[in-house]
Amino acid sequence: MTQVSLQQLSRRFGDHLAVRELNLDIESGEMVAFLGPSGCGKTTTLRMITGLLQPSSGDILFDGESVLEVPTERRGAVMVFQKHLLFPTMNVAQNVGFGLKMAHVDKSEIASRVTEILDLVELSGLETRKAHELSGGQQQRVALARALVVRPQVLLLDEPLANLDANLRITMRQLIRTIQSELDITAIFVTHDQEEAVMLADRVALMFDGILQQVGEPDVFYRRPRTKRVAQFFRSDNFLSGIRTGAAVQTSVGEITLDPERVPGADGPVVLTVRPEDVEISTQGSGQGNTVVGQVESPIYMGSYTELLVSVGDETWQVQGPASLAAKEGDEIYLRLPTEHVWIVEDDAVAPEEVPEDSVAV
Amino acid sequence: MTLDTKPPDKSAPQDYEEVRGTESRATLWVRWIVLASIAVFVLLPIITLFVWSFAFRWNFPNLLPTEWGARAWIYAADDSSRVFEGLWNSLKIGGLVTLMAIIVGLPASRALGQHDFRGKGVVEWLLLMPIIVPALVATMGIHQIFIRLGLTGTVFGVALVHLIPAIPYFVLVMASVFANYGTALEETARTLGANRFYVFWYVTLPAISSGLLVASMFTFLISWGQYVTTLLIGGGSIVTLPLVLFPFLSGASHANAAAISLVFVAPAVIVLIFTSRQLSRDSSVMGGFGKI
Repeated sequence: MTQVSLQQLSRRFGDHLAVRELNLDIESGEMVAFLGPSGCGKTTTLRMITGLLQPSSGDILFDGESVLEVPTERRGAVMVFQKHLLFPTMNVAQNVGFGLKMAHVDKSEIASRVTEILDLVELSGLETRKAHELSGGQQQRVALARALVVRPQVLLLDEPLANLDANLRITMRQLIRTIQSELDITAIFVTHDQEEAVMLADRVALMFDGILQQVGEPDVFYRRPRTKRVAQFFRSDNFLSGIRTGAAVQTSVGEITLDPERVPGADGPVVLTVRPEDVEISTQGSGQGNTVVGQVESPIYMGSYTELLVSVGDETWQVQGPASLAAKEGDEIYLRLPTEHVWIVEDDAVAPEEVPEDSVAV
Repeated sequence: MTLDTKPPDKSAPQDYEEVRGTESRATLWVRWIVLASIAVFVLLPIITLFVWSFAFRWNFPNLLPTEWGARAWIYAADDSSRVFEGLWNSLKIGGLVTLMAIIVGLPASRALGQHDFRGKGVVEWLLLMPIIVPALVATMGIHQIFIRLGLTGTVFGVALVHLIPAIPYFVLVMASVFANYGTALEETARTLGANRFYVFWYVTLPAISSGLLVASMFTFLISWGQYVTTLLIGGGSIVTLPLVLFPFLSGASHANAAAISLVFVAPAVIVLIFTSRQLSRDSSVMGGFGKI
């Protein structure tokens, strides 16, 4: 219900720049994931949105108005932490009603809204339980209900699925999505797990070293990663450098064609990439174009498929083949890179002189 | 019929008892040893004191007094013994010290437990100083200043000087309580719309209450046991229970000393009973002692 805008947002801790000039507009009712490894600045960003942490520079706008001067308790950006979820001395109903009590809402209205929201998170009947009498998943749902009941401007979630087992993750994911779209709440969550981000978010904002790397819908990170590191973070480690001339890229292992409409860009040295699941592999050459020959380094039988490490030129590629594939170490193998899946990434492999001084933690 | 029904009836409860017996045998022994230690080291001296306080005549070879009487207690209750005056002053000063320790110590222990700041090590070291250096040393110096400020011979002055040995224990215990408690709950409450006061009242205070109770009781007891600092700053006009009691220890009447000792030891026993329950329930308080 609230449009959130982060403008040139930076936060410095001593000599360390934790978040650097971050610009992002989050639409009303949208669910955005801040994704990145630990220490990338995603939690710092979240805390700045809540007001628990003041930015060093930049601005945060809710519906076009700066909220920097609004203290946390009046900002309406409600945070759900991953651990220490519930107030231990209060029962479920008191926990959920806490925000309403702080807003001096009538007791009878608190009671009815608590009942309503507990119904929504499927916890009716547990009102008088204490936190330690609930399972981890139930605690998480109570924490979610406690945040939702105050009808927050923005809902902020810290690794919402991290502490749950596989089955509970799916249930919780559906619950969060259903509620978020039902109540039309703007939601932001942080996670280090790219699957969690892709499963839950409308858009993903990927951060490394305090810098926003790429923002987009989940599939963008698979189909059009901006840089090598982005592709690697999404588990694609297949790269080949070459010289581009129009639709053709001349590499050390042959010429690869790409779709120039899908992959714009200038001629010159480039790094091309194809996701593991898009590479077509065969033990005999099919005679089709865009095929490179590699040597199998190690086949790993994964049950439903075979995972292969293949050396291609100077690089090692990771590809997936059928479970029935009979390939041994040292075998030659043909990898076809379908034109529609060839993509070009920026080479941001961190060279020491390229690292700006202030992004290095001391 | 009887043969059919008898064996299950008999064996089932027997097995059950046996299993329970072997499982808890070790813990049972530990419990007995602990109980016996408490009896020997805590109860036995108190019982001895109790017997002494009612002894009218108790000479060497006799196991129990030959003549009994409540003379010591009548003396203790009399105004001339100043026991009531001392008791009242001790309670007043102990309460005041505890109150001041909470006001001064709670923010300090919170800062030490939850935040990292420049010079934290120095602050911790300074806080430990009164434990390393006897409070008497500081009191000697403070005495001069208190004379000029007119604080000598006042209840407030004595309470202030009791704060010196009490504050380190209070702050160190509470700092660990705060460290264990963390900041996430308070931050959650802030984002839910609670201002700083409500956060403290509804979230922080209930969470730290048992630790605070234990720390307060120890603070009270430290003040309760002060002798030399009270003597110096009180200048004889502030008479607390230790000041009433100590002359009797070298005096002739064992019975009087025993009666006053019992009055003196009562709050410590009450606190011990009370805190042992709190300590076994709340492990974060025990963490406080681990830190020292």
